[in-house]
Amino acid sequence: MPVSATPTKAELTVRRTADGLLLVGLAGDWGAQPEKPGLGAVEKELAGGGITALAFDTAGLGRWDSGLVALLFKCLGLCDQKGVKVRTETLPEGLTKLIGLAVAVPEKKGAARSEEQPPFLQRVGTSGLAVWEGGAGMLRFMGENVLAFLKMLRGKAQFRWVDTFMVMQECGPQALGIVALINFLIGLILAFVGATQLAIFGASIYTADLVGIATVREMGCIMTGIILCGRTGAAFAAQLGTMKVNQEIEAFQTFGISPIEFLVLPRMLALILMMPLLCVFADVIAIGGGFLVSSLMLNVSPLLYLNRTIEAINLSGFLLGIIKGAYFGVVIALTGCLRGMQCGTNAAAVGQATTSAVVTGITTIIASDGLFAVICSALHI
Amino acid sequence: MSTDTDIKIEIRDLTMAYGSFVVMRDINAKIKRGEVFVIMGGSGCGKSTLLRHMIGLKQPAKGDVYYDGVPFWQSSDEARQERLRRFGVLFQSGALWSSMTLTENIALPLGEYTDLSAGDIADITRLKLALVGLKGFEDYYPAEISGGMCKRAGLARAMALDPEILFFDEPSAGLDPISSRNLDELILQLRDTLGATFVVVTHELASIFTIADNSVFLDPNTRTMRANGSPREMLKHSSDPAVQEFLTRGEKSAPAAAAKPV
Repeated sequence: MPVSATPTKAELTVRRTADGLLLVGLAGDWGAQPEKPGLGAVEKELAGGGITALAFDTAGLGRWDSGLVALLFKCLGLCDQKGVKVRTETLPEGLTKLIGLAVAVPEKKGAARSEEQPPFLQRVGTSGLAVWEGGAGMLRFMGENVLAFLKMLRGKAQFRWVDTFMVMQECGPQALGIVALINFLIGLILAFVGATQLAIFGASIYTADLVGIATVREMGCIMTGIILCGRTGAAFAAQLGTMKVNQEIEAFQTFGISPIEFLVLPRMLALILMMPLLCVFADVIAIGGGFLVSSLMLNVSPLLYLNRTIEAINLSGFLLGIIKGAYFGVVIALTGCLRGMQCGTNAAAVGQATTSAVVTGITTIIASDGLFAVICSALHI
Repeated sequence: MSTDTDIKIEIRDLTMAYGSFVVMRDINAKIKRGEVFVIMGGSGCGKSTLLRHMIGLKQPAKGDVYYDGVPFWQSSDEARQERLRRFGVLFQSGALWSSMTLTENIALPLGEYTDLSAGDIADITRLKLALVGLKGFEDYYPAEISGGMCKRAGLARAMALDPEILFFDEPSAGLDPISSRNLDELILQLRDTLGATFVVVTHELASIFTIADNSVFLDPNTRTMRANGSPREMLKHSSDPAVQEFLTRGEKSAPAAAAKPV
């Protein structure tokens, strides 16, 4: 192919010759140029009818790149539709070869995705079925976990305590810092907001009751649950999701080792054991936060504050918080592991699994806490 | 000659599908004890899917796989689990458990399914790693070794329980030609010494002709198997153009794609 120093304009001309032959002339530089002629002229001639064959005249053709190949490929497609024969002999050798490669493998029938949207009712049905299947999958997963748990109680589950201890270390002691920070701030905020309102009635001292009861019954376990959901639940989903991508879960299955027993059970146990402890820790820290604010900034006597706190908190409220904490632990482990096990087999799917684990986990925690509140109020706990 | 008791694995009228999408239908094959059976075909034709059906990861839409004359999918869960323990599977990328060292990877199935003492397990683990040329890497994590080494460690793990049947998913993918050849030789040696049956998914021609005693050729266009038997015999006697094209890398038929009339 001749290379000229200054690029000339790319040109495409069409000429009809005798016996229905359409001669397409390609001239100029077809390299990286902004303006290139399209197939309009050829299409017009083809639509005119009476053409049985198409040939190329490439005498003046300069440089070319994939743009020209794509144009010729499209042209071939057009001719194929109209039943027009194409002679490619006169094209430069490189072009002929590339075109040959492009048409070598016929288009797979039915492989191309159709763009049209399914009808409304079908979409409703499909989404309905997906919701149903999602729910059924969750129930099945929970059932499998219950069975695995029972098996563990009988000492028959295939799992290692060493894994459980490792997860406990990861979700317990290593989470102390963040749990402390958040709960300290929550105690502090509760004290500030409460004290300002209570001061109107001259009842600043009841800040201690407010902080104590709110923390022990609700805020301690909820905040710890949310922190662990974002921290540990997401980690579970990402770990199991990556193992799924890497076929590690299938490797367990082919050894006849149940992934539920080996992977989910230790994580669940670890959270059930660690969450109540973290909740107690969170309660102490949050009450400490309220204490600091009240005694340093609100002029409440420290001793009085502590006394009020001890009087305000009762055992049932405290135990309620702890039990809820253990329950949230189960929720976090289940949602994290479920989303991890349901993960697809690519990197994007791991991201989705993690997101979905956190969203499902936090929603379930808040929603079930509401349910707890209703039940407790009915039972006067 | 061959009697029915020689047949280790039999695939009978197997149809594989994802939902309503049929991948392959009516696959039939008999695999004898001690044979190396190759599942071959172009990329994306369902070779690995067939393997997944054989190792209990995907349920067939129709038909079944028989091991020693016993149907696999129609059996109870317990029987299936029991059968799985006598398999060894090498996944495409090794699929080593990434949170465990190589030793722990191999020791885990031994600990779960044998009554061996910790010392015996350690000895066997060291032996299996040495067999695949990974002596000295016992305490490495899978992320710390190369892809080829992961694959060999995966093989050591697959052999941990001295399985009756070893399944390999694309063993030579991602290996250099020499490692790939060494792996082929290892497979043949294992077959001769352990007497195990091998099922190998591959499209590596050199490998196919070196190791295969028996094979099945899957064709994505007709969505079924096109040929069954020894690849060398197929190359000599098969009149099927698709089989010939595959086994000769398309060099005998159609000289060059570019010369095709368009």
